[in-house]
Order: sequence, then structure tokens, then C-alpha cells
Amino acid sequence: MKSRRTVAIAGIAALAMVGALAACSDAGGSDDGKLELRVATFPPGAEQAAYDAFAEQEKQFEKANPDIDIVGVEYEWTAPTFAAQLAGGSLPDVFTVPFTDTKTLLENGQLMDVTDDIDELGYADKFNPIILDEVTGSDGNVYGFPRQAYANGLHYNRDLFEQAGLDPDQPPTTWDEVRAAAKTIAEKTGKAGYATMASGNTGGWQLSVQADSRGASLQTDNGDGTYTSTIDNDATKATLQYLHDLRWEDDSMGATFDLDWGSINQEFAAGNIGMYTSGSDVYTALVRDFGMPSDQYGLTVIPVEDSGGVLGGGDIAVMPPTLDDETKAAAVKWIDWYYMQKLLNEDAAVADAKALSASDQPVGTPVLPVLDKETYLESQKWIEPYVNVPLDQMTGFTDGIFDQTPVGEFKGQTQPIYALMDNLVQAVLTDENADIDALLAQVDVDAQALLDQ
Amino acid sequence: MTMTPTTTDAPPPASAPAPPHAASARPKRSRRRTPMTWLRGGGLWNLAFLAPMLIVFGVFSWWPIARAFVMSFQETNLVSPPTWVWFDNFARVLSDPNLGTAVLNTAYFAALALVFGFPLPIIMAVLMSEVRRGKGLYSALAYLPVVVPPVVAVLLWKVFYNASPDGVFNTVLGWVGIPPQPWLQSSATAMPSLVIEATWAAAGGSIIIYLAALIAVPPELYDAAEVDGAGIWRKIWHVTLPQLRGILFIMLILQIIGTAQVFLEPYLFTGGGPNNATLTVLLLIYRYAFQNSLGGDYGEATALSLMLAIFLGILSWLYFKLTDRWSTN
Repeated sequence: MKSRRTVAIAGIAALAMVGALAACSDAGGSDDGKLELRVATFPPGAEQAAYDAFAEQEKQFEKANPDIDIVGVEYEWTAPTFAAQLAGGSLPDVFTVPFTDTKTLLENGQLMDVTDDIDELGYADKFNPIILDEVTGSDGNVYGFPRQAYANGLHYNRDLFEQAGLDPDQPPTTWDEVRAAAKTIAEKTGKAGYATMASGNTGGWQLSVQADSRGASLQTDNGDGTYTSTIDNDATKATLQYLHDLRWEDDSMGATFDLDWGSINQEFAAGNIGMYTSGSDVYTALVRDFGMPSDQYGLTVIPVEDSGGVLGGGDIAVMPPTLDDETKAAAVKWIDWYYMQKLLNEDAAVADAKALSASDQPVGTPVLPVLDKETYLESQKWIEPYVNVPLDQMTGFTDGIFDQTPVGEFKGQTQPIYALMDNLVQAVLTDENADIDALLAQVDVDAQALLDQ
Repeated sequence: MTMTPTTTDAPPPASAPAPPHAASARPKRSRRRTPMTWLRGGGLWNLAFLAPMLIVFGVFSWWPIARAFVMSFQETNLVSPPTWVWFDNFARVLSDPNLGTAVLNTAYFAALALVFGFPLPIIMAVLMSEVRRGKGLYSALAYLPVVVPPVVAVLLWKVFYNASPDGVFNTVLGWVGIPPQPWLQSSATAMPSLVIEATWAAAGGSIIIYLAALIAVPPELYDAAEVDGAGIWRKIWHVTLPQLRGILFIMLILQIIGTAQVFLEPYLFTGGGPNNATLTVLLLIYRYAFQNSLGGDYGEATALSLMLAIFLGILSWLYFKLTDRWSTN
């Protein structure tokens, strides 16, 4: 009798476990009959105020759309987690991806076609055509909403400039001036005068930025779906030699050479780096997620030489192609309301700026227009009273950026080639005798092999 | 089916001791074993008790292994439907120039770990077994790093390895007049830095095992050696080590298998850098699967995993063949 009872208990335990395993799968749907929409919010580590501002916006949206229940999901685009989330089907219903991945994703059929929705909303012709091209497939259909664009800029720490006896209102305008300022900062403060990202594909990204500014072209689009790698060129070589010299001749790059987007922001926000290049919109993350005092921040344009251009990028709001019609309709409503209306409509722009500034979130961080320039400049006027970012510390960028030639990221195998280029940056920063010519030649061959796959 | 009542059909009372003739009755019983006898003998109940283990292992171990085997012959990004490519993944992996780098780096890590990491716990355990007082305290101190979660330990050491002159280790080196070291920030020193942390993290577990084995060494052997005039080194060489031979062989193969699969340290410390100086086989597998944000190459990743598993399987088999002969000798 005793053993029967034990068996019964064991059986129940086994069943309970199967039940628990089954419960691991997504539930979906909401208890109160509302449609549950999971939307991307902020990267991990965002401060509470950001979530407070989001909660306020969520409330406003749900008031206007009582049948939709918005569920914010912590989200950050990083190469490894994105691949896993994509494969595991755990991406939110609305999320953002950078331009670099858009083309491949849409050509793999991994993004929802939103051509009709953009047409219905009536602003298809308002987009900056260069940017709309980023989300247009070879079939002519549109697969997402470009929601934000940026150009890379030179970010600098005004505090370190002052400590080193440099004028923070006169930031460097040539790469030689950057080198001289970096050396002075390193000598006077003991901090890294200049730093550059080097791992997690960001090393390749920023090497592109700096090489493009010296007139490099890293890839040729042959127009027939094939690409030719041209990484091994004089401008890329000059960039690597420049980094090598800052590191080994001037000793002005500190002691850490494996920084990525997150860690370089952290170091910069902590006052350990004088200058670095990154997207112009990083101010928001520096202040909101990394706790940088805003009065220390400075932004100017990247020096451009030999008819070089400034590399830009951006991201688009997208949906997975597996959403049902009802969820898709709700997702489009959210994208339109949360991302797009503030670019188009004065009331929405003001409401958004108000909600953000009420929670002390940055308003007015410099970006590039995703819509036409006139609409962008007009939208900047609408939110002027709420702008709380120190725009006077960013005039080097805002005054100069529209004079620079914008350059897009190369399209073929962007991220895998960035990964290869990481090694170039790591090599010159960690090996004094790195053979730049040989390294470049090898990466060119490896990149072409990826492009030929 | 007739049901002849026999003594074997009637279940004995649970508390009854096994009858003395049970062993001699066994062949007879197995001849008459049918599904019904299995059922009546409590087979279903055994299965019920086994079920939780079977389900957990099945779902989380065996099913992924089977899937990985199948996937190594496919091209898939887990989103689009897979296509069969048979041995293409294996060919692509074998022609990847990074594979050579990864294998050499892994061998380098294994060699360094073997030279420094393998003898250290033995020496520590022998020394600790000689200590008369506070043995428990030393054991606890030695075991402490094992208790620290590995990710926390690595992140902590990453701070210690800060390459600036005011980094923790560099400050300590400065006290004795040694200039700051680049640690993780140089191709030459990155791998040894990883090995130092890995040795620190793993030594505690091995020390405890060796200590337990040392207790089992009969003290008369030491007494006899002492009578014969042996000093501490001769006692270790002629008594301790031969007595530990079995456990040493096992620990060695476990260490080789463990170091061949090193992932955590290069992944968290350096991401395989600088310039692939710490790229190991497992990290390469991870890169195949996850570095490309657009779905990854799971086929190549599983193909390399399979090759590594086969290699380690053969290595273990050879090792046990060899050591079997040595132990019998």
C-alpha cells in the first residue's frame, strides 16, 4: 500500500514536471480580452526615469487605444543575442534593427512587409529617399519604418580638455589636431587622450568610420548582387598607422584595447577617455544609461580629409513576419504613434518632448533627418522649449554636419566583415610590430571569401 | 494465457529478507520473463520513478545532441527551413584558417594548464595533508574559489588585470619594482593570464579530491618507508604518488577534456582577442553560431562540435587503453 502511494506521488511529480515544461512555452494573449503587444523599450541598465517616461507614454497610447495592452520588453541590439532571439522566436512584436542588418533580414524573408501600411498612413513620400532605400527590398516593397538616423561624430570630454589646458570650445578639426590633443591629455591627466572601439564588431565599424573620413571606400557594389572587397587601400592603411602611432609612439590611448560600444561609453562617461568616435545620438545613452554629467560632454564633427565622408547609420522599427493580422495592425499603430508621429506632427512631438523632459530624459540629441530636411528642421522648432541637452556644447557638430558628405555602411556581409576588421584594430593596438600591410592583405582576402559565399 | 500460481508470481512481503536461494533461482526466472511478469514485478513503477530523470535528460541533453547531429549535415539559420548539405559544413570548417589558430590556441591553453595547473593541486594537497592543525581551514580556503560563481570570478579578475599602472595586479607588481604588465591587452600575455585565473578557479576542487585520496593511503607504508630511511621527497615519490596513480590518471583525462572545451575564460575575458590570440575551439563554435547577427551558421557550429566530440572520444578511449595497461603492470 505504502509503495502504491509512493508511486502515485512519483507519477504526479512527473506529470507536474511535464506540465511545468509545457508552461515554458509562450502564453500569448491577455486575460482581460485586450490584445497584448510586446514592444522593445530600452537596453538593460537604463535608469528608472526612462521607464517612468515610457510608462507615461504607454498610458497615453492605451488611453487612445483601449483594446491594446502594451507590454514593454527590455531590448538591446547586439549581434549574438539578436541571432539567438531571432532563432528562438523570443523577439518582441515591435523591435528595432540597425541599417546594417536590414537588407539581409528582409531578403531572408524575416521582416514583415509594411508597404500598404506606410501608404495608408500617408507619409511614404516624406522619407529621405536614401534612408527609405535601406528598408526597400529588391521587390520594391518596404519592410520597416526608418525611425532614427545618425552620423558619426567626435565626442570629447570637456573636463579633460580643461584639465589638459585645451579649449573645450575649440575642439580639434583635423586628425593631426586630434593626435596633438590626445597626447596633451594623456600627458597632463594620465587618462587616455583618444580611444577607439575594438571588439564585438564595433572595432570594424569604427575603423570604417575613420577610414571613410580619410576618403576610403571599403567595398564596391557591382550592381548584380555581388560585391568586391576594397578594404586594402591607402586610407585604411593610414588609419591603422595613425592608431598604431597614437598607441606606441605617443602612448596616448590608455591601457585598455578591447573596448566595445558599451564599455567605451562607460569609460568615457567615467571621465577616463578624452575623445572617441561614435554615433551622434550616443549622448542619450551616455547620460541616461551611463550616468555622465552633461556639462562634461562635447560633440564635434569627425575630421574629414582627402574628400572623405562621414559614415552614418540608423535603425528601423520592424516586426517579425509571423504576426497575425490583428497584432500587426496594433504593431503598426504603436510604431506610428511611438516612433513616427513625433517626427511629423506638432502635437505628438510636443507631447513626446514633454513626457521625456518631465522625467529628465534627454530631449534634442542631435540626429540626422529620416524624413525630408524641412520637416526635420520644423520639428526641431516645435520642441525647442523642451530641449534640455546642452546644444551649445555640440555646435561643432550641429554647425558642421550638413556640410559633410554622408556615406552609408557597406552592404555586403557588413557585420561579419566588421568582425574581421576588429582584428586589424586589435593587432595595431596590442602588437607594436604588427605588419599592417600583411594584415590588410589577409583581411581583404578573407572578406572577399565571405562575399563570394 | 493461463495463470499458474507459482512462488515467483506471489510478491514477497516488502520487509522480508531475500531468500538464500535467490541467486540460484535467477536463471530460471529470466527464462520465464514476459511483459506480464515485468508488469507484475513493478516494472511500471520503476518506469514512473525513472520518468523525471528520463524526461529531464531527454529534453535537455539527448534531444539537443540528436538535433545537433542532424543539424551538422544541414544548412539552417533556425528561421528559414533547413536544407541538406551533407558534408559541406565539415569541409568549410576544415578549410577555415581560424580553425588552425583555434586548435593551436586550445593546445597552448591545455599545455599551460597542464604544466602549471595540474601539479599545483597535488603539491598543495600533499602539503596540506602534512599540516597537523587547521586542516579544515586550509581546505575551506583552497575550496573558496570554486564556490565563487565562474562569471563573477572572471569579471573580478578582469578588474584585477586592468593594464593601467593603477590596476590591482600592476600595483602589487609595482611594490616589488616590476613594471606594469599588459595582461589581457597583449597577444603574448593574454593566454597565460587566462590560465592563471583558470588554475586559481579550478585548483580547489582537485585539492579536495586529492586530499580524500591521500587519507586512503595506508599510514603503515609511510612508517615502513621511514624505517628504511626515506625522507619527505622519497616518501612522496615512492609512496604517495604510486598510491594516487589511479586518481591521477582520472584527473589528468578530466583536465584534458576540460581544457579542450575551454570557453568561459576566453569568452568573458577577451572575446578571443587580441587579434585571435585567445580564440579557442569552443569559442570558434560559438562564433559560427552567434557572431553573425543574421541567423548564424548553426550547421558549421554543430559540425565542429561533432568533430570535437569525436576527437575527445577517441582521445579518452586511447588514454584509458594505455593507462589500463600501465595500471595492470
